[in-house]
Order: sequence, then C-alpha cells, then structure tokens
Amino acid sequence: MKILVPVKRVIDYNVKPRVKADGSGVDLANVKMSMNPFDEIAVEEAIRIKEAGKAEEVIAVSIGPAKAQETLRTALAMGADRAILVETDDEVEPLGVAKILKAIAEEEEPGLVILGKQAIDDDSNQTGQMLAALMNRPQGTFANTVEIEGDSVTVKREIDGGLETVKLTMPAIVTTDLRLNEPRYASLPNIMKAKKKPLDTKNPADFGVDIAPRLKTTNVSEPPVRQAGEKVEDVDALVAKLKALGVA
Amino acid sequence: MKTLVLVDHDNNSLGDATLAAVTAASKLGEVHLLVAGHNCGAVAEAAAKIEGVGKVHVADDAAYEHQLAENVAPLVVDQMGHHDAFLAPSTTTGKNIAPRVAAGLDVMQISDILSVEGDKTFTRPIYAGNAIATVESSDEKLVITVRGTAFDKAATEGGNGEIEAVSGPGDAGISSFVSQELAEGGDRPELTSAKIIVSGGRALKDAETFEQYIMPLADKLNAGVGASRAAVDAGYVPNDYQVGQTGKIVAPDVYIAIGISGAIQHLAGMKDSKTIVAINKDEDAPIFQVADIGLVADLFQAVPELTEKL
Repeated sequence: MKILVPVKRVIDYNVKPRVKADGSGVDLANVKMSMNPFDEIAVEEAIRIKEAGKAEEVIAVSIGPAKAQETLRTALAMGADRAILVETDDEVEPLGVAKILKAIAEEEEPGLVILGKQAIDDDSNQTGQMLAALMNRPQGTFANTVEIEGDSVTVKREIDGGLETVKLTMPAIVTTDLRLNEPRYASLPNIMKAKKKPLDTKNPADFGVDIAPRLKTTNVSEPPVRQAGEKVEDVDALVAKLKALGVA
Repeated sequence: MKTLVLVDHDNNSLGDATLAAVTAASKLGEVHLLVAGHNCGAVAEAAAKIEGVGKVHVADDAAYEHQLAENVAPLVVDQMGHHDAFLAPSTTTGKNIAPRVAAGLDVMQISDILSVEGDKTFTRPIYAGNAIATVESSDEKLVITVRGTAFDKAATEGGNGEIEAVSGPGDAGISSFVSQELAEGGDRPELTSAKIIVSGGRALKDAETFEQYIMPLADKLNAGVGASRAAVDAGYVPNDYQVGQTGKIVAPDVYIAIGISGAIQHLAGMKDSKTIVAINKDEDAPIFQVADIGLVADLFQAVPELTEKL
C-alpha cells in the first residue's frame, strides 16, 4: 500500500504575522517559512504506518512555489520515500488543491491519503474533506488515533466534547489533529540522504483541472486590538473586582 | 436568497451553535433548517420554534444517526437544488460535513465567518486570528461555516416553522460509526456555552496539580474548565479542554487565565471574552496585554486564596 501525504509551506508557527499597511495581505517577505505543523503530524503518521509494515511507500506532495521543495525535502528527511512538487506561484484554494490531489491519487492509487486538518495560514480546514468528496471515499477527520486492519482503517476522531471512533473502507482520507503523534526531528544523515531521494516537478496544467480561484480577498486587516486593563495588587483586590462583575 | 442551515444536535436536543448560524443566515435571506438524524423528532420541534425559521427539513433515517459526513453530505447536496446558501455551525460536525458539501457542489467554502458584509461578501479570520480577511465569492451557491461566538444567538422561542420530512440517498456504505466517548464533565457547564471559564496553562505542572488548583475554583464559580495548548500537549487534560485557534473558540462573560502566558494561538481562542482575568507570576507575560484585570502572583498561593475568598 502507498500513502500519499500532501504538505504545505506556510509561515513558521513561531512567527507573528504582520498585516500589510495597504490591506492587500500578510507580509511574507523575509519571513521564516516551515512545513504546516498539522502536515508534519501527517508525515509522521505515514512513516509510522510504513515502519509498522503496513505500507510500502510514502509519497509527499506539495502544491506551491519552487521553494516548497524545501518543505518536501523536510518530509523526505523525516522518512518519506519520494516527492512530487506541483509548482505554481499562484495561490491555489483548497478546492483547487483537492482537484489536483485527486488527479495524483488516481495515478498513484494510495490506500490512504493523510493530510493536516488545516493550514495555519488560511485556516480553511477543507482540503481533506473536499478530496474525500471528489474521490467519493470516506474521511476520518481530526484524527487522534489511526489503526489499519485489513482493508479498513479505524479512526478515533477529536470531536466537540470528546472522541468518536469510525471505521472506514480503504482507500480513505485521514486528517490529523494535534494529539495523533509527536513528529520526529530529521537527523543530519537523513537530511543528507533526503537530498538524493527522487523529487518530481509538475505543473498544475499537467492535471487538466480547473483551479481558478472562486474567492476574491478584497481586504486584509488587523483584528481589533484589545486594550490592557489594570493590574491589581493582591487577591483581595481581585476578589473585590470579581464581585463587582457579579461573579460569586 | 434561500438559506439552509445544518442543525447541530445529538438526536435529542438542539446545540446552541445552531442559533448563531441561524442569525448569520437571516442576514442573507429566508432561513430553512436541516435536521439530519435518527429518531430526532424532538430536535425538529425545537428547531421549528427558533425565531425567524421558515421550513425545517427533517431527514430521519438510521443512516444519519451519527451524522457521518459520507452520508449527510449527499443529502445536503440534494437539498441545495432549491437553496442558495448552505450554512453550518463551526462545530466539529459542521467542519466535517460542509467542505464535503462544497466539493459536491463545486463551490469554494468560506470557513468560519465572523460577519456578513453583503450577499456574497464575508469576513473571516486567517493566521490564527492575527488578520481578518474580507472575501467575496464568485460561486453561484454559497457554502459557509459560522463561528459561533461572532453572532448573537437567535431566540429559541417565537418561531413557527413548518416541519417537512425529506429523504436522501441514505447510507453510502463506505463508513460506519463505532463508538463515542464523551468527556465526563459532571455538572460542569460546556466550554462553548459557559458564562465563566477557568483555564489553566503549562505552569500547572502536571495533571494532579491542574486538578487540585483549577477544579475547586471552577466548582466554586460553576465555571467551565479550559486549558492552553501547552497544558494539553503536556498531558494535563484531554484535548477537548483546549482553548485556542486549534481548539475551541470561546467568548464567556468572564475568562480567568491561570498560569497561561498568552501565546498567539491561545489568545485567538478567547480574546472575545467580555472580561479577561489573568493570574501569572511573570509580569511581562503577553496575557497581561489583553487582560482587563491582572494579578502578578504565584498561582500556587493566589489560586487557593482566591477560591477560599470568593
């Protein structure tokens, strides 16, 4: 079985995004970029499934600028076997990404596609579900645990108020939540080895799908700033304040 | 415009998140509801009473009992033949189903809207709430998820919707429900509807200490209990306690952050609270930049004292 893992190059988790003064977007010039954290969890899960002997090959794919190669090399250094870059400088929306991924999945025929539940830049939380819909395959979103038995996969999902377990017939789509695993760091020898692993470059046009954007972003602004209030001296002063608010 | 709102429910009662989605939908046009479930008559009746609701479409079928996306999405796609916009609350169920509907309709979803600016124009948070984007859709039909804390809740009385049974394709046969484990909160209010929330961070050290310091205060205030992602990652509490961009988005009357430094991703989940109270021993902690009332103190002394004096 093959596992396909889409990864996205996004602003690093620790960088505070700055909104451009002209309202055209977020300033990404000279900002540290990394693999979307949820995608790292997806790569890790795919590798663990392979290490457990339940998959033969892990294929990382990214849709983005030439620099997304770095993100794919990170996936390869973690343990993915080969990578596909669908190179474009245009922003591709989740629906377009899902269409490209569907075309790749038709070629590669993976038993599982594991994706991050959302990217930390556009926070859409859509691509996995859309891919599942387009392929008419089941989806295990917000996964906490993934277990493969025969031709089905059991996914424990993080839901409001607790956990839900569903059983899906493979091929299936899984999206990762935070507690699924803790991604490994790539070791230096593995980073060196990753440079020699195959990385194919393609164009969106190769897949013959419509990826024209449907949404137009007309403005990006700072969120309303909350003003700091006051500090109180001690617990008694805090109690008085809380009582004034009608608490207790 | 005719809108269709997905009702959040557990086959017995209607979830609060539905009410915010109804308010958002009413800004677009006529509001119809969809209850997909099994033996869910009580939910349909409650839904019909929501103020401003026209029709309530009820799909009562064993295939919809657990609201599996594989089964519910095709039902919604069918119903969208005579509706212009589909709105789902940003609950885990809504987030699971809506994109599957959007792809089925070949529409780009607008996630987690904060406001309705026009027939096809909305605002939504990006970059963990560090920026707000205004987006305009060019799709013929709309698929939207609604952030519950961003809209007032529609009144649960005063409506007189017409209940109409509908049916869909049923079981897609590719997925099945196995089990559900809901966290035992006892009598504690649910995070997303609690009026007061007491939330703990990494400074609580471990699960026992979290329990020992946070729970008595929460019990005294009849508050919901939350946690930062750091506390969840460290294993102090389960993930459904998590408040933040990747957890729950809350906006209670009073949010008490204890031993929480105030990482961007946490602030994104609670900064719309009416009053924020912070207790932290680091006076430079970012949480104090958003707190209305701050106390610089060692939580291990301050929290028990506070619990006793309230």
